[in-house]
Amino acid sequence: MSAALLIDMLLWGSVFGVGLIAFRRGPPVFKASLREGSMDFINIVPRIALGVIGSGYIAAIIPQEVISGWLGPDSGWLGVATAVVAGAATPGGPVIGFSIGTVALKSGGGVPQVVAYVVAWALFAFQRVILWEIPFMPARFVWFRCAVSVPFPFVAAAIAMVIGKP
Amino acid sequence: MESEPRPGRVRKPIGWSTIMIAVLVAVSAALVWRRDGTDGVLEILTHDLSLFGGILPRVLAGCLLGAFISEILPHEKVSRSLGPKSGLKGLLIGTAFGAILPGGPFTAYPVASALLAVGADFGAVIAMVVSWTLIGYGRAVAWEIPIMGTDFTLWRIIISLPLPVLAGALGRFVYVRLYPKPAMKDDET
Repeated sequence: MSAALLIDMLLWGSVFGVGLIAFRRGPPVFKASLREGSMDFINIVPRIALGVIGSGYIAAIIPQEVISGWLGPDSGWLGVATAVVAGAATPGGPVIGFSIGTVALKSGGGVPQVVAYVVAWALFAFQRVILWEIPFMPARFVWFRCAVSVPFPFVAAAIAMVIGKP
Repeated sequence: MESEPRPGRVRKPIGWSTIMIAVLVAVSAALVWRRDGTDGVLEILTHDLSLFGGILPRVLAGCLLGAFISEILPHEKVSRSLGPKSGLKGLLIGTAFGAILPGGPFTAYPVASALLAVGADFGAVIAMVVSWTLIGYGRAVAWEIPIMGTDFTLWRIIISLPLPVLAGALGRFVYVRLYPKPAMKDDET
């Protein structure tokens, strides 16, 4: 897992970097942000726990085959709309999401539909929203952000239709 | 600049979203139990608990990153360059920030939340979050390129380039119409 290690190093390196800047502003600033960050952490842990454990159960009742079934041969805007729903409903992490996209491409799915699927997955995948976005962000922001993002998988599909295949 | 520690953010212990998720989880767990029995429930629980243990240090790092960033960023400057009146420039800054942010969701959301707390508006933060998820290099390099291939990934990212700014602009457009008063909070009038 060298990629995970790299991510962790980059992450803690950034924490160390901004921590150093805060420390040079003076110990009170440093201590205050340390306390604030720890409080955030303590507050977030129960919600992350609910998200991690919970999304496992939600994922278990939405099998992958159901999702890939939705990415069928239907090309056109109905296919794009189905792809968007499929993207939002895809359980699991990036491996599953991208694998479903790849399978759809190889088994004759339309390129705009697959683009819509990947973009919708990136924007709305319920597991990420439940697990990460809702615990960390104000709930009002999350719902607002999701609602505002709804047109964009369709925009991406439209761009894909105009500029053609990769 | 400010040398005084800012007052702590207000934290809501349990909101409606949390309750909704808890209900959804309970229903799903019950369905899994009916289908797979106690063993099925325990198997998922064990797997997710180990996942949870692995995630915790990164969550801590993300929280600290968010807290430090909101402490060292000068608030007036943030609300000027990412606030409701920052215009296209604010959306572009949000987009650029989301694209270069290291780490995964455990950094993106704490940092986004910190930006909201120090004066960025919904529009700029939406641009940041959408940019992180659509054109950020983290997930693309770690997952999308290996699984979907370089051609598709680069092409998909190029298609996605305008989306964060558009999403942020739409966010601002809707926000000022939905919440006319709160949006004016930052005005000196």
